[in-house]
Amino acid sequence: MKNDSDKILQEVTGSDYKYGFYTDIEMDQAPPGLTEDTIRFISAKKNEPEFMLEFRLKAFRHWQTLKEPEWAHVEYPPINYQDLIYYSAPRKRPKYDSLEEVDPELLETFEKLGIPLDEQKSLAGVAVDAVMDSVSVGSTFKKTLGEHGVIFCSFSEALQKHPELIKKHMGSVVPYTDNFFAALNSAVFSDGSFAYIPKGVRCPLELSTYFRINAANTGQFERTLIVAEEGSYVSYMEGCTAPIRDEHQLHAAIVEIIAHKDAEVKYSTVQNWWPGDKEGKGGVYNFVTKRGICEGEHSKISWTQVETGSAVTWKYPSLILRGDNSTGEFYSVAVTNNKQQADTGTKMIHLGKNTRSTIISKGISAGRSNNSYRGLVKTSKKAENARNFSQCDSLLLGDQCGAHTFPYLDVGNRSSIVEHEATTSKISEDQLFYCLQRGIDMEGAIGLIVNGYAKEVLSKLPMEFAVEAQKLLSISLEGSVG
Amino acid sequence: MLSIKNLSASINGKTIIKGLNLEVKEGEVHAIMGPNGSGKSTLASVIAGRETFDVDEGTVTYMGKDLLELPAETRAREGIFLGFQYPVEIPGVSIANFMRTAINEKRKYLGLDPLTGAEFLRLMEEKKKMVDIQSKLTNRSVNEGFSGGEKKKNEIFQMALLEPRLAILDETDSGLDIDALKVVANGVNKLRRPDNATVVITHYQRLLDYITPDFVHVLYDGRIIKSGDKNLALELEEKGYEWVKKEAPAGV
Repeated sequence: MKNDSDKILQEVTGSDYKYGFYTDIEMDQAPPGLTEDTIRFISAKKNEPEFMLEFRLKAFRHWQTLKEPEWAHVEYPPINYQDLIYYSAPRKRPKYDSLEEVDPELLETFEKLGIPLDEQKSLAGVAVDAVMDSVSVGSTFKKTLGEHGVIFCSFSEALQKHPELIKKHMGSVVPYTDNFFAALNSAVFSDGSFAYIPKGVRCPLELSTYFRINAANTGQFERTLIVAEEGSYVSYMEGCTAPIRDEHQLHAAIVEIIAHKDAEVKYSTVQNWWPGDKEGKGGVYNFVTKRGICEGEHSKISWTQVETGSAVTWKYPSLILRGDNSTGEFYSVAVTNNKQQADTGTKMIHLGKNTRSTIISKGISAGRSNNSYRGLVKTSKKAENARNFSQCDSLLLGDQCGAHTFPYLDVGNRSSIVEHEATTSKISEDQLFYCLQRGIDMEGAIGLIVNGYAKEVLSKLPMEFAVEAQKLLSISLEGSVG
Repeated sequence: MLSIKNLSASINGKTIIKGLNLEVKEGEVHAIMGPNGSGKSTLASVIAGRETFDVDEGTVTYMGKDLLELPAETRAREGIFLGFQYPVEIPGVSIANFMRTAINEKRKYLGLDPLTGAEFLRLMEEKKKMVDIQSKLTNRSVNEGFSGGEKKKNEIFQMALLEPRLAILDETDSGLDIDALKVVANGVNKLRRPDNATVVITHYQRLLDYITPDFVHVLYDGRIIKSGDKNLALELEEKGYEWVKKEAPAGV
């Protein structure tokens, strides 16, 4: 163990990626490979109801008929899905009892990011509630939430305690037939989060979960399901960091959000996964399907995301605006540095009358990275007076990176108004010198300029998340301008 | 305070400053005048440490330190301020945020604690009054959508906040109407102290009606070819730059 911890320390201190650390917890693992037996193993391990196993098996059989998508503007070596481990759970509790036992350098980094103490604990592997690897442990706010009738727990727990809710809603927004990665997730998902806000309840707390990818060679397959009943409100936050790894890690998550009549859901995420080193070695593959449906009239869902991590990102948080007068919003900042690749954007599908959507996308590319925005705005025949406004901005640092915008518009009726604006700009030498001349150093100057550029999106984040995100943007771009 | 000896500087291999000498002492106001292309802005940039210019020869000493050894941000923290001829826009960054960052960077360098939000706001209010700037301006993004006059006033406001030892104002008067010009000049005069110095770079004599210089230098083809008191500026205004060119020593 002693040697192991030395190794961990070395990994932490010797890496560029400041959040790369490894929690050494004995794993209860499935053997590598993916067959129906693997799926039965996972389902049995989690003591799931019969309908869940059937759902998984159907998804698996469908997945076997699919091919990995190739249309995204990203490149990566083929993934051998038979080499991955599809289930691992920590057998023991986390390795530390208090923060004092944690590597001080790590704590310093958390400090730099301004992460609250409880979250520091969970990130560092001190015993608190958090999603560690695949098995999530309860939630601290449970009591307060319980008083309001809000359910917020791990997906596994929800399967045990509220199977009827899961059965009713799971797969209703992202069916397992949706795409390759959604089918894979549906077959093998390990755990995730479930939030349920009853009718008329304004959730008194911001719900937040930290996800981590932990064991080597473990695909991480999270599932999140948020259901907001009529007239309810919830703000949900998800933040991610990942330990350093040499081989690529696959992450294929699903997030489903359902907002009923007059309900509002705010979903915010700051994603900071190991992007790989400067040469693009290592790093997380993030292939995620996120979708919400504004089911009822006057409902509203907003996605706000700050993406700084992953070697390859493939992610399009989307909204189906079915209810009349429903509103969808998408605010995104995606940073790519070194050899990172991101193909991200959104889909706004207008089905109801007078539906409104807003898309603000801010891409920032540095190093030799590639950053693509891909978005679809579709208004159906029945979506009278639907309106969309899209703004897609790209900021380039240096001259070796790329920014690409792929907007798709599909307008199905004459009364819809769809607007699209796009800009590309560079951080100019004039701006940098202006900051330097006021005594702000190069890193500080880039941080200021980038945060100013992304302000419209950052201002949509919950306060504590916004502060963390601002620092993250600066840190992600350290060393990106000579 | 500032001592420039035999300075030569170039950009992309083209020599702009050709053996320039200048001495600036505490409490003094110097005006540097000259026709377009004479090297006025280049001189300002070289003193501020802009890396697009190469210093090929000569020395620049500031407060006993070899200035050319210091990176631009250190020069700023050491008290050198450049009022830009064309202040650049930084979208999304409020002037308040920008200046608080700048002041706290300087304080950190000097070993002082950073200003708290409240302390900074108080300082900002005080300086706004001093240089007669509208209070709304500081909530706006740095120079974004500013009129020419607002940009220049903003430079003076930043100067007031940073309290430089040596301020170089690069054509701060260009493009200003008479009211804005007065605001800028009043700011400079109010900030004048026995222990700081100002170098005003200008094309026209007009600004010098409001800021009285102790010395006036005429820069021509990368060199100071004539120095004098404020009367030199008036003479220049009357006779034009052709007059000094004729007076310039042969070979220039």
